[in-house]
Amino acid sequence: MARRLFLGIAVAVSFASTFNVHAQNALDDILARKTITIAIPTDFPPYGFVGTDLKPQGLDVDMANYIGGKLGVKVELLPVTTANRIPYLQTKKAALVISTLGKNAEREKVIDFTFAYSPFFQGVFGPKSLEIKSFAELKGKTVGVTRGAIEDMELTKLVPEGTTVRRFEDNNATISAFVSGQVQLLATGVSVAGNMMQRNPNLGTEFKLLIKDSPNFIGVAKGEDKLRTRVNEIIDAGRAAGDLDRLSQKWLGRPAGDLPK
Amino acid sequence: MISLAFGEVLVDWPLLLQGLASTAALTAVAAPLGLLLGICCAWIRSDGPRSLRWLVASYVELIRNTPFIVQLFFIFFGLPGLGVRLSPELASIIAMVINLGAYAAEIVRAGIEATPRGQIEAGRSLALTRRQVFTHVILPPALGRVWPAITSQIVIVMLGSAVCGQIAAQELSYFANLIQSRNFRAFEAFIVATLLYLALSMALRAALVAFGRRWRLTR
Repeated sequence: MARRLFLGIAVAVSFASTFNVHAQNALDDILARKTITIAIPTDFPPYGFVGTDLKPQGLDVDMANYIGGKLGVKVELLPVTTANRIPYLQTKKAALVISTLGKNAEREKVIDFTFAYSPFFQGVFGPKSLEIKSFAELKGKTVGVTRGAIEDMELTKLVPEGTTVRRFEDNNATISAFVSGQVQLLATGVSVAGNMMQRNPNLGTEFKLLIKDSPNFIGVAKGEDKLRTRVNEIIDAGRAAGDLDRLSQKWLGRPAGDLPK
Repeated sequence: MISLAFGEVLVDWPLLLQGLASTAALTAVAAPLGLLLGICCAWIRSDGPRSLRWLVASYVELIRNTPFIVQLFFIFFGLPGLGVRLSPELASIIAMVINLGAYAAEIVRAGIEATPRGQIEAGRSLALTRRQVFTHVILPPALGRVWPAITSQIVIVMLGSAVCGQIAAQELSYFANLIQSRNFRAFEAFIVATLLYLALSMALRAALVAFGRRWRLTR
């Protein structure tokens, strides 16, 4: 019985490993089907959240619709979490990921990035009563972070030995952990922290340390160069026309500024 | 072409091992406590005071009709509102005990109700107290009857502990998730985790069957 089970698994695995994915023609597919599937966040205001009408909205959602509009195709929005954004792209469930995605070397190994489209930075936040001036002072403290987010990877490199880093599945769980006092400090993007502070003024939360300035890029599956080039053209044109600045101004209260390519 | 690179996942074997040990430890603590809670509840439900019966019945219904993850979130994110702050591991154990307790209560109660009336009367006529009748006459054969069902339920709770990673309890699926969030080898990481869970549940099942034989619960 057990032997047969293992044999079955072995067959399934070897079958999966010889499985062929379509050639690199995402752009042609999109134009032929007249729809593009774009992964967006719904737990990350003001970039992506669910409004009172239960529809996703935010900067990333607007950007997704903007790109769809410029391509002349219908946009299908696919809500994803921070932890599963990249698998959705790798398995081609989404053609683009517009979900506050920062660029780093680890991610560049598995997916490609377009030019940046909006600004962002991550930091450590905590109550005023807790004196923190440097990363060394995090020793012995408990910090909550969303697993797989860029701040998780950067924080892991910055914290000293003896810091407890608790990693949660999505931003909502991370925020709940901080608000309910399960973690002393919060490592997250400035927008998420800002939103949390607005809703919980009694916690007396303030900005403590800068983790990383990391503008957002659009993720494209590895090797989809035609699609990536087309999206880059749209971003370039949008920047020149001031559309990206307007988008940033609308949701973040400041222009996009000088974004890296 | 999807190329599988198990090496990138297996290189983190200390994390996987830690996760495996931690899942095993969570189960090792939660299973006996949960079973004990279940037995107590089953006793109350079949032979306890009326008011307590009501309380136990509500507990069993509440737990059996809500998802485990909601119970876990309530304990971890909800209880701090009442000033009770638990570590992720402790919160996981409590959630697992409470969950297993409710299911085990119903399983054990089924075993108790199948006890022939004559055996209980025979015990009483030997001047055994009610508690003695329960622990010596009713419980051992009742547990024997339902031991296979209890074994399955404990395995289910062990597998269910996979969601404890959501509150940052460092168990097996937490580390599988952590590894795949670092190297983006999601498929490989979850295949490895699946095989580890499979091995763990087969070992757990074998251990529980052996335990049942050792204590002559089952033949």
